[in-house]
Amino acid sequence: MKETVIDAHNLSKIYDEKTIPVYALNKVHLHISRGEFTAIKGPSGSGKTTLLNMIGGLDEPSEGFVEINGTNITELKGNELIDFRLNNIGFVFQSYNLIPVLTAKENIEFIMLLQKRPKEETDQRVLELLKQIGLEDKIDKRPQELSGGQQQRVAVARALAPKPQFILADEPTANLDSVSAENLLDIMLKLNQEENMTFIFSTHDQRVINRARRVITMEDGKIVEDTAETVIIHKPK
Amino acid sequence: MITKLIWRNLWRNSRRTLITMASIAFAVLFAILMQSLQEGVFNNLIKNVVNYYSGYIQVHQKGYWDEQILDNSFSGDVTLLAQLQKNNAVTEVVPRLETFVLASNKNITKGCMLVGTDTEKENKLTQLKNKLIKGAYFENDEDAVLLSKGLAKRLQLEVNDTLVLYGQGYQDVMAAGKYPIKGILHLASPEMNDSFVYLPLKACQYFLSADDRYTTISLGITNPDALEPLKKELSQSIGKEYEVMTWQELMPDIANHIKADGFSFYIFSGILYLIIGFGLFGTVMMMTVERKFEFGMLLAIGMKKSQLKRILLSETILIAFCGVLLGMALSFPMVYYLQENPLRLAGDLAKSYEQFGFEAIFPTEINATIFMTQSLIVLVMTIAIGLYPLWFVNGMNPVKAMKK
Ligand SMILES: Nc1ncnc2c1ncn2[C@@H]1O[C@H](COP(=O)(O)OP(=O)(O)O)[C@@H](O)[C@H]1O
Ligand SMILES: [Mg+2]
Repeated sequence: MKETVIDAHNLSKIYDEKTIPVYALNKVHLHISRGEFTAIKGPSGSGKTTLLNMIGGLDEPSEGFVEINGTNITELKGNELIDFRLNNIGFVFQSYNLIPVLTAKENIEFIMLLQKRPKEETDQRVLELLKQIGLEDKIDKRPQELSGGQQQRVAVARALAPKPQFILADEPTANLDSVSAENLLDIMLKLNQEENMTFIFSTHDQRVINRARRVITMEDGKIVEDTAETVIIHKPK
Repeated sequence: MITKLIWRNLWRNSRRTLITMASIAFAVLFAILMQSLQEGVFNNLIKNVVNYYSGYIQVHQKGYWDEQILDNSFSGDVTLLAQLQKNNAVTEVVPRLETFVLASNKNITKGCMLVGTDTEKENKLTQLKNKLIKGAYFENDEDAVLLSKGLAKRLQLEVNDTLVLYGQGYQDVMAAGKYPIKGILHLASPEMNDSFVYLPLKACQYFLSADDRYTTISLGITNPDALEPLKKELSQSIGKEYEVMTWQELMPDIANHIKADGFSFYIFSGILYLIIGFGLFGTVMMMTVERKFEFGMLLAIGMKKSQLKRILLSETILIAFCGVLLGMALSFPMVYYLQENPLRLAGDLAKSYEQFGFEAIFPTEINATIFMTQSLIVLVMTIAIGLYPLWFVNGMNPVKAMKK
């Protein structure tokens, strides 16, 4: 049996509860094991971002709860939750990932510095990652001096640096051309294999979906297909 | 790392940071300059008015100011004068004996204000010698008068002519005397110019049968800003039989005029602060909204709001401090320049000032309190405005912030 990293029980998120309720997420169950490389696909508005935000502890579910490595993060409050995120979850967003006034190296080490890790460890890790993402020569470049693809690679390296439990990436390739997108996926896959890092990312780019080992399909706030189970959980009504 | 972040954030849009600092500096500069100028004008006005006749502080027999008659004069006590002179804050002690009498020449008679005074001390306090337009200044042991120009004209008198004075002396004794005119004075206040006659104190006391008596002791002092404490101190040291009055109490009209002008200055500077404050607030708001995504990202990846707020507050404080220091640094030479090269009024306004015997020049006042208070006001205002981003971050939800 593989080690469980994420366990989401009966997750719902309802917007506009008082007027016309919108189920952004409707009673979703999700189980992710260590080392998985999972894509979440689905049309715009199907609830991909909402699901990732719940798993990442950025937003509170209206119903249900999320367990990460056995910790129920839905019960964590305020700074406890922030510290949990800082120490356990890596985030890659669609854009505005990097701090504009810091160099590639400083951006990558930023989270480790917030965690107050020792400097030698941080330096070593940053150099290692810069090599892995193929940007050793851009070490002192600011984000605006990097291409969109390079910026996203730095963002992945930053998320990965402190070795979190898993990395959440919400449409990381949405702003990239197809070459850069594939290149980013290559790097993510490589890191997934070399460091056994768990990746969960949302996308609607078919070529990206093709790289994933597990594909979850969402529609109207529900998971309608999950290749890990190779069965349709909820038939669309 | 955090320090690095703060520093680089300051210079991420260096032009805007510099413009912000410059506008803060300008606020400080303008406020300091305005107040220095205003204070300079007032102090100059006060100096002119006070030095003209009254002195900053007067000592009378209790009740004299309400009923200005010779019976309310007091016996000139040497120890009293010495006691006043002893105070380090007092520069001049001028004893006077003043009363209304009639002045006449042949069949023309006019009411006039007779001032018996110590000729040397009077000159030190009010520069009486400078107001002489004909003849010569009088000495303490002379029996001669100085006559104001307007009165001389009305009485058709010239230098070396004889003036006849008569009236009521101390304790209703009849007073009458003839005095040679030693000089004619031009007194800038039209009222004084039409009615003043100066006589040496001794001669005046003799004329009014008021030997060794004074109505008033007029004081010159070192520091006009510390008038009230000095008044209190003098009051206590010389005792209850005397009243000690400041120029504000002697001339309430002028004091009120200055107060009213000071008030409009406060309103004006309030408006200035408001304008600059709003400009600054707009910039701060723009900067904050621009960085919304970045703040959302930082909070999402695990930075605490308190950490982010500390960074933003440091940025504000740095900008505010640099701006204020720059403003102070720029103000000093300008205020200094305007003190050395005072503004000079021209035209009608200048003429009307000069008519009152005041030079129409306005040196600024270099005053550390002005620098400190104005800078502090701007600093506090700037930092208060800089609390906006903190408030913004406080109510921020990272998920919402990162939404397009
Ligand atoms: N803050 C919100 N308020 C109201 N409705 C929201 C909010 N956020 C998302 N939604 C709704 O929830 C649904 C799912 O959105 P989202 O998770 O962003 O979908 P996706 O990421 O798959 O495009 C959409 O119908 C969206 O309109
Ligand atoms: Mg989305």
